[in-house]
Amino acid sequence: MMTPRSAAELSSRQHPFRKSFLVHALFTTDHRLIGLQYLALAMVAVIIGMVLSLLMRLHLTWPDRVIPLHGPILPEDYLALVTMHGTLMLFFVMTTAPQAGFGNLILPSQIGSRRMAFPMLNALSFWSTALALVVLLASTLVAGGSPISGWTAYPPLSAVAAAGPGQGAGMDLWIASIALFAIAATMSSINTLVTVVRLRCKGMTWSRLPLTVWGWFTAALLSILAFSVLLAAIVLLMCDRHAGTSFFVPTGDLVNGSLHAAGHRGNGSPLLWLHLFWFFGHPEVYIAILPGMGLTSMLLANFARRRVFGYRLMIATTLAIGLLGIMVWGHHMFVAGLNPFAGTAFSISTIAIAIPSAAKVLSWLATTWRSRPSYTTAYLFSLGFASLFLTGGLSGPILAQPILDQYLHNTFFVVAHFHLIMAMAGVFGLFAATYYWFPLVTNRLMSETLGRWHFWLTLLAAYGCFLPMHLTGLMGEPRHYAQLAELPGSAANRLLAPTLPLNMHITISAVILVASQVLFFANLAVSWRRGLIASANPWQATTLEWSPALRAHSHPTSDGDLAPVEAFRRPCHYWSHHNGWHFLPQWDSADTTEPKSE
Amino acid sequence: MPVTITPTGTEREHGRRVEDHDHGSGRRPPIDKGDKRTGGNGDGDNWSNRPQGRRGPRERLRTYRLGLFFALASDLMFFVAIVSTFFVAQNSGRFNAYNHYINEWLPTTIPPVLWLNTAVLLISSLTVEIARRRMFHEQFVMEEWFGLGRPTSRRAVPFLLATVFFGLLFLAGQALAWKQLAVQHVFFASNPSSHFFYLITYTHAIHLFLGIGVLLIALYGLFFSRQLETRQILVDCSAWYWHTMGVLWVFLFALLAFFQ
Ligand code: HEM
Ligand SMILES: [Cu+2]
Repeated sequence: MMTPRSAAELSSRQHPFRKSFLVHALFTTDHRLIGLQYLALAMVAVIIGMVLSLLMRLHLTWPDRVIPLHGPILPEDYLALVTMHGTLMLFFVMTTAPQAGFGNLILPSQIGSRRMAFPMLNALSFWSTALALVVLLASTLVAGGSPISGWTAYPPLSAVAAAGPGQGAGMDLWIASIALFAIAATMSSINTLVTVVRLRCKGMTWSRLPLTVWGWFTAALLSILAFSVLLAAIVLLMCDRHAGTSFFVPTGDLVNGSLHAAGHRGNGSPLLWLHLFWFFGHPEVYIAILPGMGLTSMLLANFARRRVFGYRLMIATTLAIGLLGIMVWGHHMFVAGLNPFAGTAFSISTIAIAIPSAAKVLSWLATTWRSRPSYTTAYLFSLGFASLFLTGGLSGPILAQPILDQYLHNTFFVVAHFHLIMAMAGVFGLFAATYYWFPLVTNRLMSETLGRWHFWLTLLAAYGCFLPMHLTGLMGEPRHYAQLAELPGSAANRLLAPTLPLNMHITISAVILVASQVLFFANLAVSWRRGLIASANPWQATTLEWSPALRAHSHPTSDGDLAPVEAFRRPCHYWSHHNGWHFLPQWDSADTTEPKSE
Repeated sequence: MPVTITPTGTEREHGRRVEDHDHGSGRRPPIDKGDKRTGGNGDGDNWSNRPQGRRGPRERLRTYRLGLFFALASDLMFFVAIVSTFFVAQNSGRFNAYNHYINEWLPTTIPPVLWLNTAVLLISSLTVEIARRRMFHEQFVMEEWFGLGRPTSRRAVPFLLATVFFGLLFLAGQALAWKQLAVQHVFFASNPSSHFFYLITYTHAIHLFLGIGVLLIALYGLFFSRQLETRQILVDCSAWYWHTMGVLWVFLFALLAFFQ
């Protein structure tokens, strides 16, 4: 058994002169360090995003409270909070952490490679993403503050500076940030795709690829198709704002009380933006969730000591979800003036996507059914992922029907739906990944006791927070709506009065949800230095990232003299024999003819 | 012919691959003859079963080409989006205050110089292809790899320079077209149709400008890059990028010329 060498030790072997650790860390092209950088970036974004969501919830429940150093939250402030929360969470957390973060950290070794295909490009992608985050956050500092048009940036709000506070310089910064992000995400996805196609080790055939790799691969395929359409949409939006065109706002439109005419010519329509944006936007949510789906399949199998039920089928459903994912964008536009026939078509394709998704859930159930799993924290979070995905998924086919969406669109019902299926499920995937792969980075285990507390509190608070939103949505609570109560004489307030008890419940759950994350961060911090020392393969895993040959070495270049890596079988090869569990990892060259399971 | 070789930095690096005949200026470079999957040279096994990094002369080249392919696929989606909006905008109108249906689209007549520009761009594709092929000519590649001068690179340089020249000529021609339109008072903001004329020609020009940058990098590489394989990859990838931009332009040009 070789012991993993530290990065510094390796770098001193590689480089003739020793760079300081900071310089090394900043300008690294080592995929593992870049993965950690991405995760750190996502951590910053998620903490800010969480605080913003808390502010929203507190404002909805106690609208008169004044924030220290800020004053009361005005309606436009609320919209700015929603926008920044959504943008941070979706782009800078759910796109970066699973795909680029864990993708860089784990993907190469899962396919038996010691490097990504293009290390320089990798570093460039990360630094562009970091710059994009800085630009986004800078929008809070400019006159007018952050934009208020939501993460979807619908025109005319997003296209006309006069449309509201934050729609001037703030919106320009938002646009710049997202453009940069789109380019960075594309570069990083190119790297992922080429790595998977070209750098698989000997014996790592396509059908032996772990399902996590299939998740990353499919998400990367979606990224290179979707993000450039977003970029095109953003270029058009920029032209509308600064070059006198009218792609998205018709000439003569009345925006915020003034005529949008001077110098703008065109027959533009906001519907065009919706088409372009959602052509990106829907694949985007699959980009966020596909890596988590792959991970869930693998972890459930690993801890239940079972084969993944229907391995080939799971590969096929991953690809099918990706393919269908680019054909359903119209389900976000049922009430936007879409042609009713198009609505029907999109409704059908959307309900069709339920089939591969249901196949996934069934496979998870079948894999774990009547197994005797070890309930580690990583396993619990994978179960949580399955549970949240199912709960959130059930409202999908409801929203996919144009006639029901008439009522539900723009209510909290939708907020409930996407937070369960995407936000919470996605975050649970990230937690599972963190607990599971932590030993790979630190050689230590995270605390299981803290982990279990963290899991149960998070699960209960997440359901407590997002399940009741279905009800308040059905009662008519709108999205993007700053104040539910205490506006004297407001008809809307009277209408929403019955939702207030539930909203109180939601807010309290949200506070608990956010507070529980302290356990997670504490666990990270403590275990980093003082966690139990992990064995070489603490979860008795079968995938290559745990193989001694790959763990011993992490530097991306010159693998000339390193032990060759080979994959001999599919992952998840376990059986019980006499008095215990046995497993054959992918790197074990033992005879593949397995003993009969008993 | 015996050749004396002083060990270079590459050779001293421990990543040097002796079984790939790496004598110091990189392992055996790819050539134009054949696209073999197996080794030959007493090495009959299947290259794709070898460890990554040792899968034959074309391994790195293929990797970079694939990366470029994905990048171009993604870039194509950008133009697909723009062209789709072209047709949407062309076919949509609005109702004015008097309830009249108005479609403001006034077709932009393209300046005839675009025909010339297109021809220039096609010629540049030809020159870059010659340069690309010259990078893989077996005899010269072998000589250069053995360290006998740089015949391959030397023979490619003029054609790369010619490509840069034609590229610049194309951009100058596009600038001329924009000037001519401006003289006729057709500006970016004039009309939905002119929005697209400028948007498409600008974005394509930016791509071509980047392409010229890449060609210059390739030229720089021809003189200063240490490994022949790297030089080949530089030229090969910039050539494919250039071709794609040329073909793309033909489509965009047809769109602007005939589908207004
Ligand atoms: C700490 C837990 C969270 C809470 C309490 C929370 C709460 C909220 C609230 C109150 C809204 C505004 C709804 C409205 O008024 O329209 C919202 C919007 C949103 N949230 Fe969350 N959220 C949380 C986590 C997440 C995560 C992890 C994601 C990651 C994907 C996410 C993605 C979004 C998106 C995309 C929007 C829509 C923004 C927009 O409409 O522009 N949220 N959230
Ligand atoms: Cu969708």
